[in-house]
Amino acid sequence: MALKFPIYMDNHATTPLDKRVLEAMLPYFTQDFGNAASRTHAYGWHAEAAVEDARDTIADYIGAESGKEIVFTSGATESDNLAIKGVAEYYKGKGNHIITTTIEHKAVLDSCKRLEKEGYTVTYVTAGRDGLVNPAEIEAAITDKTILVSVMLANNEVGTIQPIGEIGAITRKRGVLFHCDAVQGFGKTPFDVARMNVDLASLTAHKIYGPKGVGALYVRRSKPRVRLVAQMDGGGHERGNRSGTLNVPGIVGFAKAVSIFKQEGVAEAERIRGLRDRLHGTISKELDSVFLNGHADKRLPGNLNLSFSFVEGEGLMMAIKDVAVSSGSACTSASLEPSYVLRSMGLDEELAHSSIRFGLGRFNTEEEVDYVAKLVIDKVKRLRELSPLYEMHQQGIDIKSIQWAAH
Amino acid sequence: MAYSDKLLDHYENPRNVGTLDKDDPSVGTGLVGAPACGDVMRLQIRVSPEGVIEDARFKTFGCGSAIASSSLATEWIKGKNIDEAAGIKNSQIAEELSLPPVKIHCSVLAEDAIKSAIEDYKAKRAARLALDGAPVEAPAATAPASL
Repeated sequence: MALKFPIYMDNHATTPLDKRVLEAMLPYFTQDFGNAASRTHAYGWHAEAAVEDARDTIADYIGAESGKEIVFTSGATESDNLAIKGVAEYYKGKGNHIITTTIEHKAVLDSCKRLEKEGYTVTYVTAGRDGLVNPAEIEAAITDKTILVSVMLANNEVGTIQPIGEIGAITRKRGVLFHCDAVQGFGKTPFDVARMNVDLASLTAHKIYGPKGVGALYVRRSKPRVRLVAQMDGGGHERGNRSGTLNVPGIVGFAKAVSIFKQEGVAEAERIRGLRDRLHGTISKELDSVFLNGHADKRLPGNLNLSFSFVEGEGLMMAIKDVAVSSGSACTSASLEPSYVLRSMGLDEELAHSSIRFGLGRFNTEEEVDYVAKLVIDKVKRLRELSPLYEMHQQGIDIKSIQWAAH
Repeated sequence: MAYSDKLLDHYENPRNVGTLDKDDPSVGTGLVGAPACGDVMRLQIRVSPEGVIEDARFKTFGCGSAIASSSLATEWIKGKNIDEAAGIKNSQIAEELSLPPVKIHCSVLAEDAIKSAIEDYKAKRAARLALDGAPVEAPAATAPASL
């Protein structure tokens, strides 16, 4: 089969819609287009039935007790905001302290920063060099004012899978609510809110081959019953937790995407892991000074985050423009700061600048992996020929021993 | 980010990549930037006794704009005398390559690299003349950080 360029290997950013998902969604645009809140006619009833089915499918997949625990949102950013701000506001009589980590998504970090301005205090636990959060550090940070702990299931940059079950055991024992941003790991690594004692979980459809613009927040209804203050005022949809007409086609697509994972997820993860390891193995065999960022094993099957020492990430991305990936390099961000995730893991800034994230997914093939491996090897070699740092390295000069002028 | 054809050409076919002997008295070396900032340029010149840049070489660790800026810089300074070369402004480089605003610092670095190489050459020359006992015409420029 002919390769189609650019080859998409940025599946942590988003995923293409699975055609089976699209087929499931289509009738809900033109035939069953009703408003799920319309109680007076069949159009509304059909839409409502589809939404309730979807709720049950998603709830069942994450080990929730009931579909009533699923609040549909516009996506994970909204889910994170609703979880953190909604809990903080409801429980402010109980306490004003929140614990999270330095490697969370901005939707979590910036929600916490907003709360700090409003008088809450937030403890940011750092991850280790391997990207793992230590549950003991979470426990040590808990005080009698702590109302919420928020830790992601898997990191979007380095793919490290966090010990959610261990953290959940701690928060349950200490009587603190636990929110998990499960966006990246959901479907790709086991996630069970009952077994892991998760009280709130953010989910989104577009990372699992579903549509963009639809997400969910799991909100536990018993033991403990979690309460939220809604962050948007309106018609009181979603049991008063989230007003706004439901995105019925999106919700139907979300549930279809989940049911595909239910059927195929385990086998798919194995296949993708094989492709990822093939890519990593080929590159490592041909190039020296390539470092894997994040934990070697506790890692999303499709994630490969590599630092190519002595080569700058954006320069490399320009050279491998036949493949769509992303970089932790400063040059790819407006802020000119390299990835805060890599830096907070204690990675040297030079290596943060040299990082490339490959995100493999459902539609990648072995042929694509082989093409990309060869391309990366060729271009890294070429750019190293251009790199004064590589020349110094070959001459045995320690780059860290040089007094560089910051600019 | 959309880059100009000129920039892409310099990135894909960089001119004057290489290394000159930094211990050669006719060679000046400029090393600017820092790995932690994501860009390091090394620009070297070989200067004739008449003060003309006969050869220029570079190696750059950085993004496409940094590589293109240093490639263009070597192209421009070759054949110029060192005073002319020292007059090259970052704005000229930025304009030639149509650098987007967020990449202007790459052209600044290229200008710094040219100036730093020239200063290194002048400092070496002054030191040599002083050693030879000959009168030093110009005060020695400050030496850049050694390699």
